[in-house]
Amino acid sequence: MVLLSTPVDYLPIAMMFVVAIGFVLFVMFATHWMGPKHKSKVKLEAFECGIESKGNSRLPFSIKYFLIAILFVLFDVEVIFMYPWAVNFAEWSKHGLAAFGEMLVFLGLLVFGLIYIIRKGALKWE
Amino acid sequence: MNPSLPFFVLATLSVFSALMVVLSRKPVHSVLYLIFCFFTIGGHYLLLNAQFLFAVHIIVYAGAIMVLFLFTLMFINMNKELEPHKSNLLKGAATIAAGCLLLVLVAATKGAETLPAISKTSDIGTVSNLGKALYGQYLLPFELISILLLTAMVGAVMLGKKDVE
Repeated sequence: MVLLSTPVDYLPIAMMFVVAIGFVLFVMFATHWMGPKHKSKVKLEAFECGIESKGNSRLPFSIKYFLIAILFVLFDVEVIFMYPWAVNFAEWSKHGLAAFGEMLVFLGLLVFGLIYIIRKGALKWE
Repeated sequence: MNPSLPFFVLATLSVFSALMVVLSRKPVHSVLYLIFCFFTIGGHYLLLNAQFLFAVHIIVYAGAIMVLFLFTLMFINMNKELEPHKSNLLKGAATIAAGCLLLVLVAATKGAETLPAISKTSDIGTVSNLGKALYGQYLLPFELISILLLTAMVGAVMLGKKDVE
């Protein structure tokens, strides 16, 4: 069975997006409009207690965050490919385990990557 | 109602957000406009009935690539003025060069075969049909993707990780 969906079927989702964004905008403007405003130096401080904050927040930061972000992108792409597989899996699984094996080979190779990353200590915090 | 109205609404939004990416002064605002631009372009994919491409576009581009963009922004020291002010001569030359490129692109698409902006008949881009093609006819390229991802992982670790002796 092929479920043929046309762009028109996505209209409710688009409407939901509009309603969600509209609600957020409404609430944000409403709080600014309705609430009282006190702008003193103490009130606008980022932290109420502790060490006084110095400098500004625009500091360059370490490359190790970037490695984690890159690895996240790679595994994200991997998960994407499971999506068309999962949609068809119920139908394919009636004809044996071939589809399961296909995904097993794919994921197996990537598990080697994961083992390599862990053994290299790329996710360790120094 | 004009049947291609959704296309025009989306196209206006994507052009507007793409312009704002370039024009906004603050880099983080540019990134936020770029995310919005990606969502509108995802909407175009939906109109063309390419639903898998839509999902990939949202998850990979709006989700993952934008995280990388934000991270890269944070590597830059934004307290300094990095970009020197360009002279008017350079601005004029850039305008002419970009205009020539636009002219070439318009001329190239002028004679091209046109397809409707909103697809009603094609269903090749749906998730289940694409899965059938990917896991049947194109099985070998699919399995090779995993090797590509593996090399990307190894490369990222090799470049980004200092070896602890």
